[in-house]
Amino acid sequence: MSPLRALLVRDMRIAVRIGGGALMGVLFFLAVVTLTPFAVGPDLALLRRIGPAILWLGALLASLLALDRLFAADHEDGSLDLILMGSAPLELTVATKGLAHWLTTGLPLVIAVPVLGLLLDIEPNAIGVVALTLLVGTPALTFIGLIGAALAVALRRGGLLLPVLVLPLTVPVLIFGVSAADAAIIGPVPFGTPFTILCALTLMSLVVGPFAAAATLRHGLD
Amino acid sequence: MSLGPHAAFILAAYGAAVAIIAALIAWVWLDFRAQKRLLGHLEASGVTRRSAAIKEPA
Amino acid sequence: MALVDLANPTRFLALAERVLPWLIAATIFAFAVGLGQALFIAPDDYQQGATVKIMFVHVPSAWLGMFCWALMSAAALGTLVWRHPLADVAAKAAAPIGAAFTFLCLFTGSMWGRPMWGTYWVWDARLTSVLVMFIMYLGLIALWRSVEDPGRAGRAAAVLTLVGAVNLPIIKFSVDWWNTLHQPASVFRLGGSTIDRSILVPLFAMAIAFTLLFVTLHIAAMRNEIMRRRARTMLMLQASAQGG
Repeated sequence: MSPLRALLVRDMRIAVRIGGGALMGVLFFLAVVTLTPFAVGPDLALLRRIGPAILWLGALLASLLALDRLFAADHEDGSLDLILMGSAPLELTVATKGLAHWLTTGLPLVIAVPVLGLLLDIEPNAIGVVALTLLVGTPALTFIGLIGAALAVALRRGGLLLPVLVLPLTVPVLIFGVSAADAAIIGPVPFGTPFTILCALTLMSLVVGPFAAAATLRHGLD
Repeated sequence: MSLGPHAAFILAAYGAAVAIIAALIAWVWLDFRAQKRLLGHLEASGVTRRSAAIKEPA
Repeated sequence: MALVDLANPTRFLALAERVLPWLIAATIFAFAVGLGQALFIAPDDYQQGATVKIMFVHVPSAWLGMFCWALMSAAALGTLVWRHPLADVAAKAAAPIGAAFTFLCLFTGSMWGRPMWGTYWVWDARLTSVLVMFIMYLGLIALWRSVEDPGRAGRAAAVLTLVGAVNLPIIKFSVDWWNTLHQPASVFRLGGSTIDRSILVPLFAMAIAFTLLFVTLHIAAMRNEIMRRRARTMLMLQASAQGG
């Protein structure tokens, strides 16, 4: 088994175990979606109108949750040093960890969207559209978050600072994700326009995220 | 110089500029004095940096 | 004196000592000229009246907020690629100054927007991206302050600065890509500026004054940072001498 595949399987196994955080994201997502009607009132028409935005906000914040432990946990038990000394290029290793994080944290969020969409009274085909935009957008959130996670290793109280550092970078993903969802549900902008930009943002983040995170780990841990 | 009906906003804008620039100048100046004082103490108590202690090669 | 000599902190301190008085004088003179132009010579705008005078503070601070991030990005390359010893110092010293000018841009813009657009704030593309840049400045400053070792802090900050530099073209071109409330590019655009010379000249005069102010503050702040690092080194030597 190649080292990268071994790393992927290891990370996924750890995430699924108790204390691993795989389902914590979904629970937080549920909490956000549940709290919203308490804040804005139970008016279904309003909830339907802002539903895609609430789902996107919840997914973004839930993605951020598990990120600060991504590298810090390995740093504490020493396995980060082993990873850094490994034969695979650090960028690919970091990307593999990102993939594991998305599979265990981001993908469950996408799967939870149909259920939570019903809570917000969004129509079924609209739910499908939101799920699609999140399917494309959550990898971007994870891979941009890699940069913050790598920075958090170098800092003592990094967990508090990470949202401040990562959120500004995720704003374009949020904007185009919600824009695409709204475009399909309400129009008048064609769905394709913001959706292709969202795809472009994700593709960019798949490259920039690992490179920046690897540079941080390399330089920041001397 | 008449500033027109929105004079308050113009004054607020320029006032903020003056205040913020003054704050920047104060920060730089006070920090300079603090560092100078600290370095003075340290040098007076006999601590020397490596490069200050080594004579420059001729 | 070659540029490479500036890499030596001691030489930089000596240079700063010599250059700062001139810079301060030049800045004061430039502001005297700029403010004279802006407040007394520039005419009132046909539509906006005297509030156009806010532009003479708002636009230069916007330019400087972005210029500062570009400068920090260049310094970040100096840290990561060339390991220039003063790159860290330049980046750390610049961040609070850039943040202050960005905040000034947001505030003066708000003061201009209320009488002109009827609102203190609107979520249009340019205002939003400048606000995001301001938040990123704050995050960067927090990052600098949360790592004790200056070298490690510098490298982490360098990565964040370069990643954040992607915001700069977004700010510049956002008013062209999304036609919302903030006015489109009228100074630096293909085809030349669309602003009348009687307003453009005071604007450039103030821009020069602001830039000189930035350079003066930056060099002075760099000097402070070098002194701070020396003090830290000496304190560590003192502590190890006592302990050892």
